[in-house]
Amino acid sequence: MTEPVLILGARSDIARATAHVFAAKGYPIQLAARNVASLEADKADLETRYGVTVTLHEFDAVAIEDHSHFVDNLPELPQIAVTAVGFMGDHDESMRHPLAAARVLRANFEGPALILGELSERFAARKYGTLVGISSVAGDRGRATNYIYGSAKAGFTAFLSGLRNRLAKENVHVVTVLPGFVNTSMTEGMDLPGKLTAEPEELGEAIYKAVEKSRNIIYVRPIWWLVMMIIRNIPEAIFKKMSI
Amino acid sequence: MKISGWGNFEAQEARVTAPKDEAALSAALSKGQAIARGNGRSYGDSAISKRNTVSMLGFNKMIGFDPETGILEAEAGVLLSDVIDSFLPRGWFPLVTPGTRLITLGGAIASDVHGKNHHVDGSFRASVEWIDLVGADGALVRCSRDADPELFHYTIGGMGLTGIILRCAIRLRPVRSGWIRQITHAAKDLKAAMTCFEDNLDRPYSVAWIDCAAKGERLGRSLVMLGDHANPGELPARYHTDPLNVPKRTKRTFPFHLPNFVLNPFSVRAFNYLYYWKGALTPKDRIVDWDSYFFPLDAIRHWNKLYGKRGFLQFQCALPLDKAEAGLTKILEATAETGQASFLCVLKRFGPGAGPMSFPMEGYTLAMDFPNTEATGDLLPRLDAITLEHSGRFYLTKDARLPASIAHQSDPRMEEFATWRRARGLDQFASSQSERLIL
Repeated sequence: MTEPVLILGARSDIARATAHVFAAKGYPIQLAARNVASLEADKADLETRYGVTVTLHEFDAVAIEDHSHFVDNLPELPQIAVTAVGFMGDHDESMRHPLAAARVLRANFEGPALILGELSERFAARKYGTLVGISSVAGDRGRATNYIYGSAKAGFTAFLSGLRNRLAKENVHVVTVLPGFVNTSMTEGMDLPGKLTAEPEELGEAIYKAVEKSRNIIYVRPIWWLVMMIIRNIPEAIFKKMSI
Repeated sequence: MKISGWGNFEAQEARVTAPKDEAALSAALSKGQAIARGNGRSYGDSAISKRNTVSMLGFNKMIGFDPETGILEAEAGVLLSDVIDSFLPRGWFPLVTPGTRLITLGGAIASDVHGKNHHVDGSFRASVEWIDLVGADGALVRCSRDADPELFHYTIGGMGLTGIILRCAIRLRPVRSGWIRQITHAAKDLKAAMTCFEDNLDRPYSVAWIDCAAKGERLGRSLVMLGDHANPGELPARYHTDPLNVPKRTKRTFPFHLPNFVLNPFSVRAFNYLYYWKGALTPKDRIVDWDSYFFPLDAIRHWNKLYGKRGFLQFQCALPLDKAEAGLTKILEATAETGQASFLCVLKRFGPGAGPMSFPMEGYTLAMDFPNTEATGDLLPRLDAITLEHSGRFYLTKDARLPASIAHQSDPRMEEFATWRRARGLDQFASSQSERLIL
């Protein structure tokens, strides 16, 4: 029997799209989010469309003291775990209020990193499994307009890289997903360039393929690899005077 | 934003909202003059309200399926193609499908779409068990054949003018394979085509493509295509083990609006000539996959761009059985005479009609595409007049330009519908079409 895919932060558009792709391939799905009862309609949709079993699990990424308990209580240890946990916040507010900044840092780094850390112990003991972290190109270089969110993502990206390094000999694979702009409710109302903006469904497909092919780091859309290579390589003396 | 129907005919500036939950939907409806919009496949202005177009694509969840009864419950924004993708592998298929699967369930109900099996199974109505409708005040009502049957029957074929269709239950049919056995008959003229339909009334699926450039003795020459769900045993050996799993067709996208000069009477005549002879000369009996059989045009995304930026118009009428041959002859003559031949000219035998606003009536229906040109502008009123003379009616889902007077003359039910809507306080729902046609 196919073992399930755990989707953490299941309410986000990217998480939903990812759940659809894996369910369509026949994987049972575990949806984990805060106030998870409100995902009953998503559960029914996935079950009706794909004829797979879907279970709901209450989960708060920033309540790290509960992580171990959360994993213990899953009806079955998943084969694949994807975290789509994240929170952009308002950058101006994050700059003014340390507590607001701390929320962004925790939701994008501490929470998602530590739950994958928790799962990695069990996967390593079992000697198989795939962990997928959805980070962001914003973590590739800090910029004036979003460096609090960006630095949290940078931390998460580094964590995933280290986790992959450590688990390589345990037959556990780690995928780092670096989306650029995605057309979701988080970016609703923002004026995004069409060619650089992915739909959530594209991300879901890309994540599925990355898991199948054991890719290490993927940019979605792939053009972002080039964009970020250029941005990373601008000398700091010039970069600090730019507004991008 | 500017929106138009599938015909790309006269885009209109409209306020469009895309609510994601029922609270947002209620808020949108409170602004009045609302019309629901699905996947934008009706050809004209049925799903446009300049003041308040409400996109229902956000309501796209399936709710449940009962394999005992074949009844699927789903939100109105679910596409028919999603239903097929999910349920054909499990041995179920929609009871009725129109020429495209890229329509929402809400749109299928509002248009009461018909398919190649109308003469046997009726229209989409036959598969609808119940409908959840949201009124202008945001209140939810479930209607069915037992609960508020009047509202139920008017909603099916009511062009979205009875409220917002939010959820529905539809009955699917069990099938044994994803393949259709198709038999093609070349009919030398209209009479031969109609005889072929009448001789095959027991066949589950039938439709004819007409070469409407043909004149004189060849007027109405057609390829009549009959079909039936193939049994697994009839399939090529490689599909025996998994008859419900049909390989996906490759999709092509029509890349740009074709310049208007490309489609002209000569190129269309040449196409029709070649298409007829290709059909007449290829094997008569063959096995085709469901997607190619039911939805040939869906293989090309944005095929509507074929007609250029000015868009195109569809003419579709239904004529009663006793006047069909005379009326169809006149329509085909008038069309061939102007040289405004269309390549998508489709003839279909309808079974008995049902419902207080639905389009089908026992007889024949003819559908034709025309590029939006001056010649078309001259031809269509002539076709309207011929339809009226032969007691026919028009398909509102295809309509973008019918004058109210002609619509009401052709179908006295429209007046009754308008009166009923006022009495029920449903006249707060409106589309550009309902305003043009005074519905």
